[in-house]
Amino acid sequence: MGIEFRGVSKTYPDGTVAVAEFSCTVPSHRTLALVGTSGSGKTTLMRMVNRMIEPTHGEVLIDERDVRELDKVALRRSIGYVPQAGGLLPHRRVLDNVATVPLLNGVTKAAARATAGELLEKVGLDPALGKRYPGQLSGGQQQRVAVARALAADPNVLLMDEPFGAVDPIVRRDLQDQLVALQSELGKTIVLVTHDIDEAFKLGDEVVILKTGGIIAQVGTPQEIVAAPADDFVRDFVGADRAERTLRTVDHGGRRVVVDGDDRPVGVLG
Amino acid sequence: MTWLELNRDQVVELLWQHLLLAVPAVLISVVVAVVLGRVAYRWPRAGTVVLGFASLLYSVPALPLLIVIPVLLSIPLRSETNLVIALAVYGTALLAGTAADAFRSVDTRVREAAEAMGYSPRGIFWRVDLPLSLPVLVSGIRVVTVSSVSLVTIGALVGISSLGSLLTDGFQRDIREEVLTGVVLTMVLAVVLDLLVVTAGALLTPWQRSARTRTKAAA
Repeated sequence: MGIEFRGVSKTYPDGTVAVAEFSCTVPSHRTLALVGTSGSGKTTLMRMVNRMIEPTHGEVLIDERDVRELDKVALRRSIGYVPQAGGLLPHRRVLDNVATVPLLNGVTKAAARATAGELLEKVGLDPALGKRYPGQLSGGQQQRVAVARALAADPNVLLMDEPFGAVDPIVRRDLQDQLVALQSELGKTIVLVTHDIDEAFKLGDEVVILKTGGIIAQVGTPQEIVAAPADDFVRDFVGADRAERTLRTVDHGGRRVVVDGDDRPVGVLG
Repeated sequence: MTWLELNRDQVVELLWQHLLLAVPAVLISVVVAVVLGRVAYRWPRAGTVVLGFASLLYSVPALPLLIVIPVLLSIPLRSETNLVIALAVYGTALLAGTAADAFRSVDTRVREAAEAMGYSPRGIFWRVDLPLSLPVLVSGIRVVTVSSVSLVTIGALVGISSLGSLLTDGFQRDIREEVLTGVVLTMVLAVVLDLLVVTAGALLTPWQRSARTRTKAAA
């Protein structure tokens, strides 16, 4: 069960290889974070799940069914999608944005809007914001709306395309915390694309680090990757040698204070 | 203004005829231009040819066009249909490029997100691309409206009645007041229809207004 990439490749007519022979399984209710620099094929891989991009070789399966057997439009409506910043419908009020997929599925307007209002609260927004247009919200609020919209039809699978990439660091941390809380309650199967290794470690149960051309540099839990980077590329990418990743404890008034490589305090051992 | 008082009924009748020639021409232009603009947007290579041909049509002089159309379609030279078609040709030529630009003005991030959420291609056109292209499209429709209203007067030269008849008749019989009435009413009609287009555009794009207030508030 879950999502399975089975030997997928994507080669463009001009010969550019976006993804080469990628295989990976995301168990149900778990989060897979695809992380890499631009050109690493991470977005391409995510888009194969809802057939926004078709692989040239291999197949993608959801709950053991090849997505190519499914109707594109029906498949996409069954998958929650959180776009990058700027992906809301600017001409639809916030409430109607959230209600988009239920409305496409033929749910009545009243019912869809009622669910949408509840979802706004769930992602930490005042339901009164539902009457506004996306352009009247801050970047962080817009991405909360995007998360609510992805959840509206109660999909099993969520695809998230650098959802918090364009918001400032403090708001980003807030949004990440919120997503962690939501996920522990909802248990969706998530594929998250990010270029931020800290975000990948924070949100991903499993992390795939990709090199240019969609080549897997390392797959593992965040702990496994930090503990044993597979090669210099991964070591460099996760910053294993960076001062803030090499922690030690010092004794301070009877308490064990954790400090990083620059002796700056990170926290206290519990 | 004695001439105007004496000929009021005739002037009102001509104003009405003018409107009935200009409005259908504008509506046809909009529909055809949106279709051509869409084609040009979807298939850029074919689009260059289509848009190039459309702008070429705009350079055809009006009088020969009014004579060629009846021959091609075997309709009477002096029929309203003849003039409406000629105006629609010019209107389409003016608007097709703008329509293609209007579709290009839609944010790709929005279109892709809509596609990924499960809008069908038809749904994307009607519920995403078309509404979001309205701001640019409306600016083009305004130009076509004003240009069509003034071009209607040319029909008087081949005997299709409109406010233009006041110009031809006034020049022939040397009635300055009649010419002036024709010119002023044509301009007034153009301004009024332009205002209607602007108002309709604003009513159809309420999100634009709120975006503007927000920008102001933020500044």
